[in-house]
Amino acid sequence: MFDITAVKIGEKIKKGELSAVDVTVATIDRINALSGHYNEFITLDVQGAVAQAERVQKGIERGEFLSALAGVPFVVKDNICVKGMKMTCASKMLENFVSPYDATVITRLRKAGAIILGKTNMDEFAMGSTGENSYFGATLNPYDERRVAGGSSSGSAVAAALREGFYSLGTDTGGSIRQPCAYCGVTGIKTTYGVVSRYGLVAHASSLEQIGPMAVDAETCAAVLDLICGKDKFDSTTVDYNVEYLNSISNDIKGLKIGVLSESFSDKTDKTLGDNVLKVCDTLKYFGAQAEMFSMPITQYTLPAYYVISSAEASSNLARYDGVRYGLRSNFCNNIEELYVNSRSEGFGDEVKRRILLGTLVLSAGYYDDYYKLALRARETVKKAFEKAFEKYDVILSPTTPKVAPKINSIIKPIDMYFGDAYTVAVNLAGLPAVSFPCGFSDGLPTGAQLIGPAFSDAKLLNIVHQYQQITDYHKKTPECKKEGQV
Amino acid sequence: MKWETVIGLEVHVELSTETKMFCSCPAIFGAEPNTLCCPVCMGMPGALPTINAKAVEYAAMAGLALNCAVSPYSRFDRKNYFYPDLPKAYQISQLYHPLCTNGFIEIDVNGNKKKIRIKEIHMEEDAGKLFHSDSGETKIDFNRCGIPLIEIVSEADLSDEEEVTAYLEKLKLTLEYLGVSTCRMQEGALRADINLSVKKKDETELGVRTEMKNMNSFREIRRAVKSESERQISVLENGGVIVQETRRWDEEKGVSVSMRNKENVHDYRYFPEPDLPPIVLESEWIDLVKNKIPALAHERVLKYVELFGVSHADAKIITSQRALADFFENVCTRCENVKMASNLIVTEVVRLLKDDGIQASDMKLSAEKFAQIINLADRGDINVGTAKKIIAVAFSQNIDVPDYIKSNSLEQINDELVILPVAKDVVESNPKSLSDYMSGKKKAYGFLVGQIMEQFGFKANPTKVNECLMKILDEKSGGN
Repeated sequence: MFDITAVKIGEKIKKGELSAVDVTVATIDRINALSGHYNEFITLDVQGAVAQAERVQKGIERGEFLSALAGVPFVVKDNICVKGMKMTCASKMLENFVSPYDATVITRLRKAGAIILGKTNMDEFAMGSTGENSYFGATLNPYDERRVAGGSSSGSAVAAALREGFYSLGTDTGGSIRQPCAYCGVTGIKTTYGVVSRYGLVAHASSLEQIGPMAVDAETCAAVLDLICGKDKFDSTTVDYNVEYLNSISNDIKGLKIGVLSESFSDKTDKTLGDNVLKVCDTLKYFGAQAEMFSMPITQYTLPAYYVISSAEASSNLARYDGVRYGLRSNFCNNIEELYVNSRSEGFGDEVKRRILLGTLVLSAGYYDDYYKLALRARETVKKAFEKAFEKYDVILSPTTPKVAPKINSIIKPIDMYFGDAYTVAVNLAGLPAVSFPCGFSDGLPTGAQLIGPAFSDAKLLNIVHQYQQITDYHKKTPECKKEGQV
Repeated sequence: MKWETVIGLEVHVELSTETKMFCSCPAIFGAEPNTLCCPVCMGMPGALPTINAKAVEYAAMAGLALNCAVSPYSRFDRKNYFYPDLPKAYQISQLYHPLCTNGFIEIDVNGNKKKIRIKEIHMEEDAGKLFHSDSGETKIDFNRCGIPLIEIVSEADLSDEEEVTAYLEKLKLTLEYLGVSTCRMQEGALRADINLSVKKKDETELGVRTEMKNMNSFREIRRAVKSESERQISVLENGGVIVQETRRWDEEKGVSVSMRNKENVHDYRYFPEPDLPPIVLESEWIDLVKNKIPALAHERVLKYVELFGVSHADAKIITSQRALADFFENVCTRCENVKMASNLIVTEVVRLLKDDGIQASDMKLSAEKFAQIINLADRGDINVGTAKKIIAVAFSQNIDVPDYIKSNSLEQINDELVILPVAKDVVESNPKSLSDYMSGKKKAYGFLVGQIMEQFGFKANPTKVNECLMKILDEKSGGN
């Protein structure tokens, strides 16, 4: 059952060949068998999932729930609200917090008959690029347990890689979907800003982030986007843009012009990884695509601009965790000042504190112009550079990450961790869509390629990756295959 | 005078929209604590704000009525600070691109007209409310959290408490007429922050200012302006310096008190609110809002004087509350004797409102009923004195006017054959008054009228009483 895709499972359920309940129970069994190793889950809702599956199955039998993914179970990153379920954001601060409402993406998936299995581990408040910054411990890479899964959507990537659920929801602020996808050998998309509602996503950096699917292949991602995209009255940054993702997946890509970002193939990038990504061009040429190297020097400013803007927004977004209304409240406080200071000191981990401090600094009087405003200008420059590139190319290809998944605890300096996002953050600054997909292995570890497109080319990107996945099978490999010596 | 005071006001006004600024919770005053809240206004993780279009319309309307330009492009910013009544730990406000700019209010203090410039009007959300108990516990009510506010920022054009009062009264009246706020100061719907400094008259540079926040009574505002101005002058005259700070007005002691220094060093770290798109307004939309502005107080004064022949002073009183002016206009459509109606509003209704300490908008007496009473008096079915009594009853009770008149036998007595013999009796039984009158003491006449009226329980037609009494007195003087 776990070597077929979500869409196929959906079809079988609709045809009555499989029941939503059986699929759900089988997936839970699989999770129970595997999840102990990798620490990819924070909350599992076995009873709830089975109850949902029973309800949906009955609905399907009555002719309700006509969506492609009705009855198909999935998992959710633990910074997305699911009503009545714990939502920790992998933080001590929200260790016992239960969300009082559903995020819009959850409302839409419920309506489509999707089955929620549980919540996945992540870097605390989505801050991190390794999956190690979790109050509940690091998420381990299923290809090598000594290595990180990537972050911040670490658990969602591992669950997708291990087929613990047929897709995962992740969130991407600076690469948090794409980067763990690359490390764990799965496919994920960060959509054009405004395509997916952020209502119910715990804000890290509001102007940068999007919820998106992570799965075995592009087809599944397209099927999920069909269900979660579209204008939301609860998120005024969503756009009224409708396109059929799954139906566009097999479009002809003949004549596609690929710009290969030369800066991402410097000596900072692993040789094998880089070669794997370049081979994507050769494969796509089979479909009539053309590719050439081009340079976009602006990329060197993107990392500092990203960390200034994301930290600034984070410092404000995370200010609400003050111990007053919900979340952790320190036992050691005699006045409101101490309640704030001690609750936040006890509740937040180091990386979160670091970013709050950085963000507070760059917004402070005397620093605002030198840092925050300058970063906003850099952001505009990045946008313009992409616009210019897209006058010439339909899509841009780069590695998702400079290197394969690093060893756990191998990154000591935060700044080295930030460099892991070097190829992903520009996309968030410019609000563009980008897909990460598996393009081979380096020493048995997955390597990820990234395709970036102009705004609202999300369907096109999935279309290209789907074509690529028609004649490659990197996406079909599973960590178990590796153990059996098949990679 | 050696010193002059320079005052600027920041006035916070709650808009009376049905729902809150950024969510669909009801924006109502006085509900049970924490019953009008949702994930958005409670700042729950993941919740996002959305802009209340009605609030934008109200704010734009206020701006237009206060002679501001409404910006075609404005947007929200976050003002970051920690306080238990602020669930997100930032207030969504407007710093860099406010909705309205460059307006003014013309005030009139004892005939001296002065334009007070308005720097800007920006939109924001109100915070919750803290309740401190005697036992040291603090409880929070989030109902007020997210109620739409406009902040009207004046230039430092005001010079004393008279001007401040005139400015606030005009501002309040304008907003009441627009219907964009209840302006109920006792409910905190209108609060003023007073920025005040003093300088020597011949100096061009402004002095160091202090700020007194959240003042919500005209009386205290007047006292505070006067006292703070005197305090600063006294400090400077004694060689001291004024520190830029927030001071709390102590009503009981009648002085402003310095607050902890910490309150004064806020760096709000404003930055553009990433969760909300900019507000882009077409000029056609702004024109539509402009057309919705009703006739304001000063326009209605002119109308009442010219069209209804009401005295200027009475027209000012009637227009002092929009609900009262609306009441008057409604009455005017229902009765002929507009003069009597305006008189009885100014004398009776205004007094009754004052006695009960309520606003015209909360008055139970309907225009229909009031007009009915006026018409009965105008036709002579009851006399004016009776009309006043019935107004007082109808003000507090729901009565059927004709029934009430009938069951209390309040009909006017017009018959001379009835009045004359009683008048004669009164004159006969008050020989002293008669002789006083005869010797030219006119006061005695009034006494006799009063006596006759009393005999009829004040229901007699006063004109007829006069006629009868004159007839009797004429006879008496002719007879001598």
